[in-house]
Amino acid sequence: MPVSLLWAVDVYGRVYGLSTVGQQWDQCRDAQMEFKRVTAAQECCWGIACDNNIYLNVHASDLSIRYQEETYENQRWNPVDGFSERLLPSDRWQWSDVTGLQHQPLDSFQLPSSSWEWEGDWYVDENFEGEPTEKGGWTYAIDFPATYTKDKKWNSCVRRRRWLRYRRYKAMDTWAKIPSQHTTLPDPFSDISCGGWEISEEPRGRLSLWAVSLQGKVWFREGIYHQNPEGASWEEVLLPGEVVQISCGPADLVWAVLWEGQLIVREGISRDCPKGASWAIVESPSSDVGATHVAVGNNVVWVVTKDNKVWFRRGVNSHNPCGSGWISMVGEMIMINVGQNDQVWAISSEDRAVYFRQGVTSSELSGKTWKAITVPRDRDRSQSSASANSLQSAGCFFCGEVRAPSVASDAESDLEKGSADGPGCLVTSTSPDTFVDAPSDPPADTPKPRIPKVTSDSFISELVSDRESGKTSRDVGKATPTVLEEDTISHEGDAKAPCAGVALSPSQSGGPLDTQWSNVDLEEAQSQQAQTGAVLDSADTCSLSSVATYTLAMEDPYGGDEHPLWAWVSGGGCSVDSHSQLSWFNSVNTASLVQSVQSMSLSVSPAQTAAWRKQIFEQLSERTRREIDNFKHYEQAIEQSVWVKKGSMQWWRDWKPHKWIDVHFALEQFSGPEGNKDGILFIYYNYYEEKKYLHAFINEVTILVPVLNDSKHTFAIYTPERTKQRWPIRLAAATELEMHDWLALLSVSCCDSRGIQGPPSKQAIWSITCKGDIFVSEPSPGIEAVPYPTPCDQMFWRQVGGHLRIVECNSVGIVWGIGFDHTAWIYTGGYGGGLFQGLASSTDNIYTQTDVKSVYIYENQRWNPVTGYTNRGLPTDRYMWSDASGLHECTRANTKPPSPQWTWVSEWAIDYSVSGGTDREGWQYAADFPASYHGYKTMKDFVRRRRWARKCKLTTTGPWQEVPPIALSDVTILPCAAQSTVDMVPVWAISNKGDVLCRLGVTALTPAGSSWLHVGTDQPFKSISIGAASQVWAIARDGSAFYRGSVSPQNPAGDCWYHIPSPAKQKLKQVSVGRTSVFTVDENGNLWYRQGVTPSYPQGSSWEHVSNNVRKVSVGPLDQVWIIADKVQGSHSLSCGTVCHRLAVQPMQPKGQSWDYGIGGGWDHITVRGNSVEPPHIRLPSLTDMSTSSPRSLLEVRNTEVDSGTSGC
Amino acid sequence: IMADDKDVLRDVWFGRIPTCFTLNQDEVTEREAEAYYLLLPRVSYLTLVTDKVKKHFLKVMRTEDVEEMWFEYEGTPLKWHYPIGVLFDLHASNSVLPWSITVHFKNFPDRDLLHCPSSSVIEAHFMSSIKEADALKHKSQVVNDMQKKDHKQLWMGLQNDKFDQFWAMNRKLMEYPTEEGGFRYIPFRIYQAMSDRPFIQKLFRPVSPEGNAYTLGDLLKEMYPAAITNDGEQKRYQVVIHGIEPLLETPLQWLSEHLSHPDNFLHICVVPTPSD
Repeated sequence: MPVSLLWAVDVYGRVYGLSTVGQQWDQCRDAQMEFKRVTAAQECCWGIACDNNIYLNVHASDLSIRYQEETYENQRWNPVDGFSERLLPSDRWQWSDVTGLQHQPLDSFQLPSSSWEWEGDWYVDENFEGEPTEKGGWTYAIDFPATYTKDKKWNSCVRRRRWLRYRRYKAMDTWAKIPSQHTTLPDPFSDISCGGWEISEEPRGRLSLWAVSLQGKVWFREGIYHQNPEGASWEEVLLPGEVVQISCGPADLVWAVLWEGQLIVREGISRDCPKGASWAIVESPSSDVGATHVAVGNNVVWVVTKDNKVWFRRGVNSHNPCGSGWISMVGEMIMINVGQNDQVWAISSEDRAVYFRQGVTSSELSGKTWKAITVPRDRDRSQSSASANSLQSAGCFFCGEVRAPSVASDAESDLEKGSADGPGCLVTSTSPDTFVDAPSDPPADTPKPRIPKVTSDSFISELVSDRESGKTSRDVGKATPTVLEEDTISHEGDAKAPCAGVALSPSQSGGPLDTQWSNVDLEEAQSQQAQTGAVLDSADTCSLSSVATYTLAMEDPYGGDEHPLWAWVSGGGCSVDSHSQLSWFNSVNTASLVQSVQSMSLSVSPAQTAAWRKQIFEQLSERTRREIDNFKHYEQAIEQSVWVKKGSMQWWRDWKPHKWIDVHFALEQFSGPEGNKDGILFIYYNYYEEKKYLHAFINEVTILVPVLNDSKHTFAIYTPERTKQRWPIRLAAATELEMHDWLALLSVSCCDSRGIQGPPSKQAIWSITCKGDIFVSEPSPGIEAVPYPTPCDQMFWRQVGGHLRIVECNSVGIVWGIGFDHTAWIYTGGYGGGLFQGLASSTDNIYTQTDVKSVYIYENQRWNPVTGYTNRGLPTDRYMWSDASGLHECTRANTKPPSPQWTWVSEWAIDYSVSGGTDREGWQYAADFPASYHGYKTMKDFVRRRRWARKCKLTTTGPWQEVPPIALSDVTILPCAAQSTVDMVPVWAISNKGDVLCRLGVTALTPAGSSWLHVGTDQPFKSISIGAASQVWAIARDGSAFYRGSVSPQNPAGDCWYHIPSPAKQKLKQVSVGRTSVFTVDENGNLWYRQGVTPSYPQGSSWEHVSNNVRKVSVGPLDQVWIIADKVQGSHSLSCGTVCHRLAVQPMQPKGQSWDYGIGGGWDHITVRGNSVEPPHIRLPSLTDMSTSSPRSLLEVRNTEVDSGTSGC
Repeated sequence: IMADDKDVLRDVWFGRIPTCFTLNQDEVTEREAEAYYLLLPRVSYLTLVTDKVKKHFLKVMRTEDVEEMWFEYEGTPLKWHYPIGVLFDLHASNSVLPWSITVHFKNFPDRDLLHCPSSSVIEAHFMSSIKEADALKHKSQVVNDMQKKDHKQLWMGLQNDKFDQFWAMNRKLMEYPTEEGGFRYIPFRIYQAMSDRPFIQKLFRPVSPEGNAYTLGDLLKEMYPAAITNDGEQKRYQVVIHGIEPLLETPLQWLSEHLSHPDNFLHICVVPTPSD
């Protein structure tokens, strides 16, 4: 669970955040003014402050927000000047955009707001479609507009070059005002709601922001996305009535409440039209009581009516945004908010506490019960001068002409109740108004005093609390706000006050008390007294004396803190679901406290170092010495015996026709001659009525691979022989549980027989299958020996819990992983987890891990002259709903998640992010199946297809902890020599958006490091690797290679990128750098070695071809080379995705000679970067089987049986 | 390298007490009976692991002189239904090793000991302890969900000293919902060396209503305050579990998970501090 925030505003307008791992509300200290409402997304929070302006708080991220400005410089050749800026009259501008139509000189670019700064000056782009250009960056063409090339030809008459400049959004973690459009916005905003991030992932970080103005108009903010967080402009949305409140869900749901109490639903929201097209009206749930508040999620709508009753709308989804009926729910609330995963938050009308709806799942969207969040607020008194200030100034919520949100008035009703019940209630309902604006804001932005009027908000307030209507009118005509700079805590305020006609907060007016206020010790009764006086003063100053103010001020003004009263909550940024373990509901919980401490320091958990534990460990060893060590010659009371575990299973028989047959399965375990345990596996089967058996020695088993699919619970057992055959023993258990029990038992037996226990060593080799299963192998000392290394197929692999797509390590024991959903994980030092429970697992350092991936199916259509495209194909055609190959029918209804571990978490949706592009409906066209597809229709196209995607989620456990918040697509860790004394370990990564990042603060003790340093690039990257001498190589998405110059411990991020041309006509996709060797893999499966790399010329000179049939390469600290080969032929079958080891790699022969084949059938990733142990230098002939290490080449083989047992991917 | 908690389970399981069995002087023998030396598993039961002892002494005895075998240490008949480690810690913890046990074949002390005609009696006793413990820990939910063969696996694991076999099943009995922070109640028994009372066993939760983890000290304060040494006092009692003295601040839940006997009870012995 990534750490995220629940946002809330209390009745004083103070903004708080509650972390999903936290146990207290933390006040947003930056908020220099009070807020009415907030609406949160994952990466930012929007709010309406009491000055009615909209503010944006973008969460600080190590990944900076950079906007690339570009413009083109155009030149034409003439015989006199050569190329010059003298163009023909018909030509484009000298400085233009890419089309040439827009005039864009360098000095026409302005920063859009004060939240931006320039990162550097303009410079020329010298990269042209992945190829470096000549110095100067010019590209040439015959004429404008035309095809440009990087080489000047005899007929090149024009040239152009691209200039780039970056601007950076700097207003991180602070409330920055959105520049307003005075011309089009006649009245201030009263409600705001953001969402829509699931409508489309293009452009990245796109958000919909809806706002309601006091006059009941609705506005849509255009152009918000990651690089432009503020958006571009407000567009008015036409309405059937006047709106008081609006709610926008994460996807395409938008509902609003009308003044009259009906609801309106936005229809026609789509990828192409996030603003939607029209409104439909839905009546209030209750015929006589109007709706006052609505909250929508992905597939849910919650409504609160005027009587505080809560309603749930049945049957809401994308196709039917209006739903079908109302269900009355328990609880009385003043507002509700729906956050991520349709989780629901609410504020109770009775006690103003924030409630969380428990038990909301995709199958039970209405949840089970309301549960109050009872955590306290932070008590940092050193900050309380600020809160004292806001306490007073927050009066703006309850008086003044611009009415506070409905909830605010409601607070007053609580107040009255409270004062009737006795003391201890609220203070500030009618305290004076103070606006504290950001000091940088010019006075022009000061809200002007205006004639009060009844606005939508107050109207609703009256609806909500009828009994408060008198109060509302009483408040009308109060003092108007002004601007006070926060740091002018002085008498200046006194001077200003009368002329501005405003109220002062006591800190300004209570002159002699200033010192007390600035060093506040508010718990002292004396200062309370002082404050009371101050409030009186201020009340007098502005002629606002009211009994309420006085009496309430007599109370401890922080009484309110004891029972926080909330006005607004927003869960849009809070990633929880019904399974999240939150520590919000019981105030003190040691277990979770320990956990949160652990999460901060991954290496040593306090529980492990506790004195009591140490004592137990020490005393137990002392006991062993005392009671056993001196008596070893005594006879054991219990003789060791053979232990047999039996069971029934199915076996994928070795002979044709292959099929599952019932077998008896037995594991016999016994103690070996040296006390080590050993065992034999037996598979008893019938062969033509004859009883036969197959056996395997446990100490020969090299790996156990679970192969879950939707029909059978199977696993594969390999021995070196079976690896050579590419034909494992494949078994299926009756239930998943039985399979887990067997795998856990077999795994313990295998480890016992090899004397392996505890966590993997720092030298361990890690690998990952296409299913995301993680395996680890302890390298034997001779694994890199030359010329006779330990054969690869003898390596023993054991599974580690968790689910990853990529794992990278180094020899000091730092291991990073990346999930299918791009979440970054750090290895915690544990072992086991997942299906390895109990003894096969460490107790500490095992955590919950989740992963999400998409399942894709294709909808195929053929064109016919009469009806156009239809889902009726030719008899020879593929299925109209199929997998990517077209060979298997996959309909939306019958397609299941990949295995029982996975559950659906979304509905089927058209996937537009297909390579080759799509049209507006997601279709790709081609002449025929199967062919190359393109995203537009031509005359020659007779078939089309589109891809549908559905997300599924897996929850497991393993020795991994999340490294939030940036999603990654690649990571690399400095490979260290065996006796390395590196303190800070360089770690580089690529974000899933292609940003290059450098991790700071990584040491062996703090493997997760502290923060990311963003390294600028001109285009997105996809692969990165750092070598032992800090040489950083990377591959851009366009397939070109880059070398990062001057990376050193003193300058961890280096200084600039050197563009390295790719091998001819090849697009590179992955790079790995060892001690000195640099290897890359291209998109056609070729492995390349960089020739000519020297310390003085680290970029090298040329690429040399090493092998084909390669998917991935890992080069280690000894310059050892391991790959995942695409296809490897065995004696019985073929395996796709096979671990291979390059043989005869030596300093003078870094490319090696041939491949040795290891475990295979669905392997996707390997890293050998932890193994820095130099092999023993023995030159004797080895006893190992020569055939396994004899040179072979990787064959590409077709038409053979595929080892589908493990390669089903 | 910091040891893992799993090692504690191993250490507990493989705890052995070197024992010297001698035949009671009063037994009629045909020739001199030699002492018999054995490493007894701390977590097992006397009558389960002494077949060899019986065989050894029967060789020198006439069949008609043999009744049910029983054991005695310094005049105290040893209850076979207490785990061996508990008997040792309770009666002999500060004595010289090997532990010297006297073997009897007549005058069975019916008032002090239960009869043990066969190992099925031990199995029944062992399984009923496990069930009682699970009733305390999980309202019997885990043990009731197990099949007959699973119960058998627990027993066979103990009987054959198969740690893996036993723990493959026992781990299920040690699970609990994370949000509750522990078992419902901790199955424990407190034994006193100098008392005729059998043992103390009451309901006690691992976590306080406020969510704080209770410790061994909290348990003793409640059940046996005298066992706790106050500041400035001479230490009068040792609190011994599996032959070691855990610190009083050790969390009770952790103890229950790691230092329970195979019967799933945490057996705590309170013995007087040796005077020397």
